[in-house]
Amino acid sequence: MVNAIYIRRRRLNKLMLLISGATIVFGLFWLTWILATLLYQGFVALRPSLFTQMTPPPGSDGGLLNAIAGSFMMAATGTIIGTPVGILAGTYLAEFGRRGWLAPATRFINDILLSAPSIVIGLLVYSVYVSQVKHFSGWGGALALALIVIPVVVRTTDDMLKLVPDSLREAAFALGAPYWKMIVFVSYPAAKAGMITGILLAVARISGETAPLLFTSLNNQFWSTDMNAPMANLPVVIFQFAMSPYEDWQRLAWGGAILITFGVLALNIAARLVSRGKN
Amino acid sequence: MDTLFKNLTRFFAFFVLAILVAILLSLVYHSQLTLSKFGFGFLFVDEWDPVKEEFGALVPIYGTLVSSAIAMIIGIPVSFGIALFLTELSPNWLKRPLGTAIEMLAAIPSIIYGMWGLFVFAPLFADYVQPALIKTFGALPIFGMLFKGPAMGIGMLTAGIILAIMVIPFITAIMRDVFELVPPMLKESAYGLGATTWEVAWKIVLPYTKIGVVGGIMLGLGRALGETMAVTFVIGNAHRLSTSLLAPGNSIASSLSNEFTEAVGDLHSSALIELGLILFLITTIVLALSKLLLQQLAKQEGRKT
Repeated sequence: MVNAIYIRRRRLNKLMLLISGATIVFGLFWLTWILATLLYQGFVALRPSLFTQMTPPPGSDGGLLNAIAGSFMMAATGTIIGTPVGILAGTYLAEFGRRGWLAPATRFINDILLSAPSIVIGLLVYSVYVSQVKHFSGWGGALALALIVIPVVVRTTDDMLKLVPDSLREAAFALGAPYWKMIVFVSYPAAKAGMITGILLAVARISGETAPLLFTSLNNQFWSTDMNAPMANLPVVIFQFAMSPYEDWQRLAWGGAILITFGVLALNIAARLVSRGKN
Repeated sequence: MDTLFKNLTRFFAFFVLAILVAILLSLVYHSQLTLSKFGFGFLFVDEWDPVKEEFGALVPIYGTLVSSAIAMIIGIPVSFGIALFLTELSPNWLKRPLGTAIEMLAAIPSIIYGMWGLFVFAPLFADYVQPALIKTFGALPIFGMLFKGPAMGIGMLTAGIILAIMVIPFITAIMRDVFELVPPMLKESAYGLGATTWEVAWKIVLPYTKIGVVGGIMLGLGRALGETMAVTFVIGNAHRLSTSLLAPGNSIASSLSNEFTEAVGDLHSSALIELGLILFLITTIVLALSKLLLQQLAKQEGRKT
């Protein structure tokens, strides 16, 4: 029997499902639009000189070499500082923290840090480091990035180690292995893929971070590998150049934007492949 | 060796805790000047004049809250729609590519959103959408106040829309996770009674996962409040209080990124750091709430997070 209520319910259902489909189109629409813009604007800027020349003064041609190198150095240093800290803290949470208050508290705080505004991290490093030594520096930038790496790595290490079955651990104990050997030679290898995913995601995250670098490494127009001096880096260069009225600079900014975005997307996809390969 | 290793890991677990405390202490310490000079009044003054050294946080706080509110108004229903589509409607082979594509929205660095917003979105928005908004809503009483003024492209509304796109993947991810928690038995019994897909989603899935959904929304809100670069590009950076959403404004994070390195005088930087402190407190509370709600849901599930 077809009555009015039935028809109305059916119609509502159809309408809502249609809207639901529309929302996903809405989401994909922005993604494609942004990527298309990047490709369109960025390809003009992708020239060999982008990788061989320094950032120019306004009104002349140049590249982004010093910014690319600076970004690379700071991201690498940040990762190298942040990863061991994150892995060790994550190890505590998953392996030793089954009792007591420290592990739950740290887990809670870590999740907050994970989403905390990165600009606040920049302020922290500025006030405890940069303002003490009284100059902006690459180390400050690397430190700020390390502080962003840590929560990401803690989270994935913790999650991945918790997936390691206890029977594996017990088997190691039964063979007489001490705790640390069990963790280093049994737990870590078992959770390796997941942990690498976490590190890759952390690297992806810091490669595009701009806000914390504004107050720490600032920028440098010239070639410099001195971590103790202000250091050029892609995100801040993009920010300054995009906001400038000069066309050359804006073009370079698009060039930098396409580099960063596709670099970060590639890292994200690599991270996914690593974690999928395990399953 | 064993104790050494254990204590090493424990030390770094403490270290993570210490980061949060360090942020709080250093921000309080470095904003002493304005904390003592302006006190609580800082929150309610709309003056921001580095030359006369008059500072108040009302404009950036207002801008932060309004732009995030716009982001939530747009972002929540869209995220719900996407999560619903991905969990209930999408054919299996499409789930993974579509899900990954949405997650990629979160991977795009925020500075890219900012550039795109400023150079691509804002001009189009000013030419086509804003005049229409002004024409349709501008004349209405009270409500019309939100849509007054010239169509400039940049402003609170633009910032809110871009924030919405940025938080959608975060909210969607949580919603998807919690929707998957609904026992199939529950859904199937509803279908068995003749419920439509929409009715199952709205009357079974949503109530069952209510807490988690709110937790996800809070997470998105926390992200939106603290977002810096994208907002800096498009919000207009004007220290002016305006009822119109089309007018340029300022958010806490964008004031910081614009002025901090050029701050003249201790009072100015102290005021900026206090802004950072306010932002940190707001986001921490929002994120802590989000985490507590999600834990609550996990507890109901009888599972540990």
